[in-house]
Amino acid sequence: MDLAGAYEGILFDVAGGFTLLLLMTAGVVCIVWDIFSNDDPVLPVLAAMTCVVAAGWEVRGLDAGSSTAFYDLIRAYGLTSYINITLLISALVSIVLSVPYLNRIRRGYGEVYALILFATAGAVMLASANSLVTVFVGLETMSIALYILVGLVRQGGGGIESALKYFLLGAFSTGFFLYGIALLYGATGTMILPDLAAGFEARGSMMLLFWAGVALFLVGFLFKVSAVPFHMWTPDVYQGAPTPLTGYMSTASKAAAFAALILVLYYGLGDLAATKWQTALAVVALVTMVGGNIFALVQNNVKRMLAYSSVAHAGYVLVALVAGTGEGYAGAAYYLLIYSFMNLGAFGVMALLEWDQKEGSEQTIDSLSGVGLRKPILGVVMTVFMFSLIGFPPFGGFFGKIAVFAPAIEAGFTWLVIVGVLASALSGYYYLRVLYVFWMRPQSWSAPQVQAHKFPVPSLSAAVLVACAVVLTVIGFVPVVRDLPMVYFDVAFTGGTP
Amino acid sequence: MPADFVPLLLMLVLATGLALTLLLAARWLGPRRANPVKVSTYESGMDPIGTARQRYSVKFYLVAMIFIIFDVEVVFLYPWAVSFQEFLAAGSGVGVLVVVTIFILVLAVGLLYDIKKGGLEFD
Amino acid sequence: MNPDLTILLIVLLPAAGAVLNGLLPLFWPRLRKHETVIGTVGTGMVAVPFVLTVVLFVQGYGDPHVATFYTWMGAGDFTVSVAYRVDHLSLIMALVVTGVGALIHLYSVGYMHGDRSYWKFFAYLNLFIFMMLNLVLADNLLVMFLGWEGVGLCSYLLIGFWYEDLKNSAAATKAFVVNRIGDFAFLLAMFILVREVGSLDFATIFAGAEAMSQGTISAVVLLLFIGATGKSAQIPLFVWLPDAMAGPTPVSALIHAATMVTSGLYLLARLSSLVLLAPTVMGVIALTGALTALVAATIAMAQTDIKRVLAYSTVSQLGFMFMATGVGAFFVAIFHVVTHAFFKACLFLGSGSVIHGMHEVEHSLRHKGYRGAFDPQDMRTMGGLKRFMPRTGRTYLMATLAISGIPLTAGFFSKDEILFKAFEFGLDGHAFAWIVWAVGLGTALLTAFYMTRSYMLTFEGAPRWPRADEVQPHESPWTITMPLVVLASLSLIGGFIGLPHLAEKIGLTNWIHGYLAGHEGHPGPVAEAATQTHVGMPAEVGLILLGSAIAVVGVWWSWRFFACHGLGGDALIQGRFKGLYRWWKRSYYWDEFYDRTVVRGVIGGAEHGLAPLDVRLVDGAVNAVAKAAQRISDCVRRLQTGVVQAYALAIVLGVIVVIALIVS
Repeated sequence: MDLAGAYEGILFDVAGGFTLLLLMTAGVVCIVWDIFSNDDPVLPVLAAMTCVVAAGWEVRGLDAGSSTAFYDLIRAYGLTSYINITLLISALVSIVLSVPYLNRIRRGYGEVYALILFATAGAVMLASANSLVTVFVGLETMSIALYILVGLVRQGGGGIESALKYFLLGAFSTGFFLYGIALLYGATGTMILPDLAAGFEARGSMMLLFWAGVALFLVGFLFKVSAVPFHMWTPDVYQGAPTPLTGYMSTASKAAAFAALILVLYYGLGDLAATKWQTALAVVALVTMVGGNIFALVQNNVKRMLAYSSVAHAGYVLVALVAGTGEGYAGAAYYLLIYSFMNLGAFGVMALLEWDQKEGSEQTIDSLSGVGLRKPILGVVMTVFMFSLIGFPPFGGFFGKIAVFAPAIEAGFTWLVIVGVLASALSGYYYLRVLYVFWMRPQSWSAPQVQAHKFPVPSLSAAVLVACAVVLTVIGFVPVVRDLPMVYFDVAFTGGTP
Repeated sequence: MPADFVPLLLMLVLATGLALTLLLAARWLGPRRANPVKVSTYESGMDPIGTARQRYSVKFYLVAMIFIIFDVEVVFLYPWAVSFQEFLAAGSGVGVLVVVTIFILVLAVGLLYDIKKGGLEFD
Repeated sequence: MNPDLTILLIVLLPAAGAVLNGLLPLFWPRLRKHETVIGTVGTGMVAVPFVLTVVLFVQGYGDPHVATFYTWMGAGDFTVSVAYRVDHLSLIMALVVTGVGALIHLYSVGYMHGDRSYWKFFAYLNLFIFMMLNLVLADNLLVMFLGWEGVGLCSYLLIGFWYEDLKNSAAATKAFVVNRIGDFAFLLAMFILVREVGSLDFATIFAGAEAMSQGTISAVVLLLFIGATGKSAQIPLFVWLPDAMAGPTPVSALIHAATMVTSGLYLLARLSSLVLLAPTVMGVIALTGALTALVAATIAMAQTDIKRVLAYSTVSQLGFMFMATGVGAFFVAIFHVVTHAFFKACLFLGSGSVIHGMHEVEHSLRHKGYRGAFDPQDMRTMGGLKRFMPRTGRTYLMATLAISGIPLTAGFFSKDEILFKAFEFGLDGHAFAWIVWAVGLGTALLTAFYMTRSYMLTFEGAPRWPRADEVQPHESPWTITMPLVVLASLSLIGGFIGLPHLAEKIGLTNWIHGYLAGHEGHPGPVAEAATQTHVGMPAEVGLILLGSAIAVVGVWWSWRFFACHGLGGDALIQGRFKGLYRWWKRSYYWDEFYDRTVVRGVIGGAEHGLAPLDVRLVDGAVNAVAKAAQRISDCVRRLQTGVVQAYALAIVLGVIVVIALIVS
């Protein structure tokens, strides 16, 4: 390394890593602020503003070509900006939805917002990783912040159990992940993603070491995105965690892990014996789609059902990655954006409906009878979210599903797509069941139901949910959102006006 | 390249040797006056036989955890200090100093948080 | 102004009006009472696009200008864009839609005054204009279909606007269902075109038409025509239009007379060069049009509800337009669309003004303790309204003269041109055109007769409602009469845009022909059939005189007849035609026929054939699948024990599988 020029490019580096630095700084500021003014209501505002500013900065980077910063450790602009915007929207929505929720359950700690910022910083680092080290540090920063979040705002026994499970299994999978990184380093002699393939070729005979490393490395990601059979923590943790944070976990952490996986596959492995990892991912995608949907069928708690549904959605994204083409990666990025809106929305609606004493974690679907008629705004937006999750046109989920399935067909994985379509047809059953209960069951007047009348819908939360629903309704008709990721992979998109 | 690993080998030998030396030295040099507490397994007053579900104050773990965290973070400063001379010679000492200052500031914020939230008050 | 922006504004302003009028009062009920605001927004959002369309027109946007806004969907080579096409044809249609639309909005401000759902009415009406503009400005069939379905939806909403009355919602449902049959054919035509040409935009369709086989083209054109018979109320799908009069009168004027029902004609004119390649189907179109014109005209003879007379008259006039289409004179069809929009809108709005007045009569009667039956739309209780509503009476008369084809009125020029073109086509060796021509002549006579009848029964003679000396209606307010005056003037002078061929002798040209069909070497948007023979000058003069004579005779005869007999005239006609008259009166039992065959057939088949099948086979299969899935799910959920060690075990197993898959 040239020590003399070590800090000359720092300004460019700061610009490239601006979002990361801003989120970290804001997180530290929040912590310090909280020391002197405990649980100050300004903190969520500060955190939300940070996300808005960072998202604004990333919008600038959308058109720029992808470049690296900090000695090739992170990647900036282009696809990274696209994913970062997804992550920041997810954080912003979660923060806005959390404030009234946490205040209501008297857990409005100032640390929560700092931790959300740290988790988002970790997610951003993960999504802009250009080195195995960055992948690991980002993943851990994000995960540790999430472990604490789940445990910090626990309610009753469920929260602490899910926090512990999350931590134990997370640590377990991190072990595999780190071992995979070590093997990869051993087989290639480099940590920088784009150099992996060359390093592997240069060393020649490290076949077993390299592929075992890849396998373990993939397992770490598959755990984070909760693919079957690494998904078992998901329902327990999602059910026990405070609902707006569940929404955050199911979108931001998943999107970030997928983004890093895309970077690893595209830059790191490239065309290196693609069939090997394609087969493995295809098998995992298959069992994830089928398993997630079948598990979801019999759930009686909406949060748990949505947890399994998010497992299934991870399967759909994996289908796009299996294709191994630029269209596939771009489709996955597009799907993650749309998925974030619909899942945040669905969990957001559920967060506003926890009027029984059990705070949602054991609320049965039957206690939600007639909600649509009693709270029409929530009913209507939930309808949009559910239809979008099914993949029903004209909502965003439909266009997202096209974007993930079409590349797989082109790459010859028609059988996988057929299974995926059948599985998502199955999903209609449990999504529509929610709507059936919301709209068509008569309202029951049992004790917890009567409380529902005293249960206000905060206008800011309602506005955010309506905004999500509106975005989902129109996003399919804005082709630039779909075509943008294609550009990053040098894929010429068909049709479309310049 | 095997030559590169010679220091490592040396380190291994030294560490093992030192540990063995200390243990054996204690055996040879130390006076032995047995009493019931001393012959117990951990020589610390803790009874190894009996229920494992003994209650400790959670503060104990807290202090232990905080110690470990700051301990490990401080260890990071050693390699930095070693290479600081080289950076200084190459003319980018200020940059390196700024970076490590930020690192220490972050640690300081953690410590401050810890103190203010009462993490170090044992009772 | 940038033309693309202008086009965007033209299309989007009505949509904005619909959103404003629809959503704001929905969430803010206090707004619903502010009729002035709602009416102004509603009217303004159509008037401004009209002005913008006029600007485009005056600036002479003629050569097709396609404004593409974004790609709606794309799959492989097949893409559909939201693109609007401004050429002479769509400009004329857009002028009619926005111009007549704006007038009718203004009219509705007064007409709907005091209605509980005033805001909803304007929201629907604006939505309709938006959809209609999508239909006429579309650059491809799919966007056009979007508008086509959209206007159908608005029509449904507005026919059933007073849905508390079950009869009205039944009429709305009928209109919707009958239209679906036509829409289905339209869809099939689109599927064939996508398969054959691979695209739905007009330019590509025309370019690809040559490559298609004769049979395919005929199938496409026939299917499009079936689609058109639904929307434009032709035999066999015309039954919905008379019932559609259940909606508020401005709706009948705008949707069921001036604009929406002409979209079938517009579709055929838009694809005229395709239609010309299917001469057999053209014969079908012309004969269907002629038959519809005649059948509807005879039915109109025997109706006593003022709006039903106008409804059947609309069906009949639409038949005339299809006759023009069938003989390859597409520009004439569009010409008649324009003039018809003027006088039929005027007639409907006039009838609305009359109904408005008769409601007032009914109200006063009830107030004075009258308990008998009273139908404000029945011409038998009207009579002598000229005295009380002079402006309405005069404008109605002017429009009646126009539709009858009295020389130099708008209807005269367009109807004569249709008959002339049919004659010319017949000379060219197409035998069916002679039938069309003869039927057209006869129908023209009938038209003059029954339209004059409706005027005489309504406005002339003595008042026939109960206690006529005490209770009297008053002339409607200016928002109602002003559109009447404008439309009546247009029905008198609007025909001069399409002078007959003969006028070239004195140096005048047929403007609309040049505008739509283009000149030598510079074709316009509308194709026309090439004719070898040309009708000589003496024959042409003779035809014009014959047409004029028929109109004058019809009007004069009817005038004398009803002036002499009054309401008794109907009885005389009935005595004369006996059984036939009963068929007219009951619309040839067409509804009953459909009811006995199609409706009962479908319902019976569903009850006895499909329902058990549905319950046992379809539901059974679905339930079986659901039950199976549940059972599988119940089994596998036991894997989810909640014990963290088991989860870790699952992860280890997964790791082994993944390593095995990758390393092997």
